[in-house]
Amino acid sequence: MSVSYENSKIVYQGIKDAGITSLSALPETWLGLLLQQAERDPAMTLIQVAKEEEAIGIAAGAHFAGERHILLMQNHGFLAAMNGIVSLAQLYSIPLCMLIALRGHWGEPYPWHTRGGIVTEGVLRALNIPFEYARNPQDVGRQIREAYTLSQSSLSPVALLLTRDLMEEPL
Amino acid sequence: MKRAECIGMLYPDLDDKLVVTIMGACAQELYDLGHKENFFYLQHAMGLASSIGLGLALHLPHEKIVVLDGDGSVLMNLGTFATLARYQPGNLVHIIFDNGSLLSTGGFDSHTTSGVTDLAAIARGAGITHVATADSVMAFGEAVVEAFARNELSVIVAKVSAVGPNHYGMDLHLPENAFRFKRYIAGRSTR
Repeated sequence: MSVSYENSKIVYQGIKDAGITSLSALPETWLGLLLQQAERDPAMTLIQVAKEEEAIGIAAGAHFAGERHILLMQNHGFLAAMNGIVSLAQLYSIPLCMLIALRGHWGEPYPWHTRGGIVTEGVLRALNIPFEYARNPQDVGRQIREAYTLSQSSLSPVALLLTRDLMEEPL
Repeated sequence: MKRAECIGMLYPDLDDKLVVTIMGACAQELYDLGHKENFFYLQHAMGLASSIGLGLALHLPHEKIVVLDGDGSVLMNLGTFATLARYQPGNLVHIIFDNGSLLSTGGFDSHTTSGVTDLAAIARGAGITHVATADSVMAFGEAVVEAFARNELSVIVAKVSAVGPNHYGMDLHLPENAFRFKRYIAGRSTR
């Protein structure tokens, strides 16, 4: 299995078309090609973190600064960022537009990803975080734009789950 | 040295800067001197004050950012030193009040008590060049003057006693603080 180069380009273009100028991220396999494009893009500020919860603070700072910022993380990173999401973003009404690589779900061959994959949707629901699954390259640009719009109008976290269908080359 | 003395010394020099504080005693002591629109109090989410500072610093290069942190909070996010070192925001001054105690939550010893853990050494080891330590008000004042004057990332670890205010409370709702802080920054950027 390999990461889809074409679809990574489409997702990055969707990020650009949404007017995003700043990204925080922790690299992971499915996000690798996206981050390479961000690194090469002089119009994009890319901030890589040591742990995903830092990115919640950075996103808050970017929001205060008036910057159009999104967060890229794996679902296990989302789980690691929990207190920041609850006790910074939700407590203070700070928008977060999170693009989350949904590892450990349908078709997952690696056992270590599965527990996080199985609980991700339940955790999102428990936190009242609106989410959608991104499966089709034709739709993902619109979904990113709409996720960002909702995060800003609701002043709250919003998640777009990047699925295997979108991020990996078909077998 | 008391943290309140240090914050009192800083207070007159904060007007032209953006200030992020951690929760509890540190926030209360700054607030009690008089709230200003350029203050943001992170009353929870321990560890993330310096991350907010980094997000501000990288996107507002013309502003000077001051983070007022504590040992208990920093210990929850030691990775922040490595991230700060990687991006080297020259407009960020990260002040850590190290009282060796989780004072606001009952006064239990933190890992820095009795010099077991050296936060300044951790910051240096993470790759931050300008790291000062201070255990007197005079030394703290000098470190702050130097940090404010240089346009390079600076960390100050101030050893303070484990005492805080005898009251807690602010006439400021948490989202209200966030809304006003953002609005103030937007107004300042267009000036």
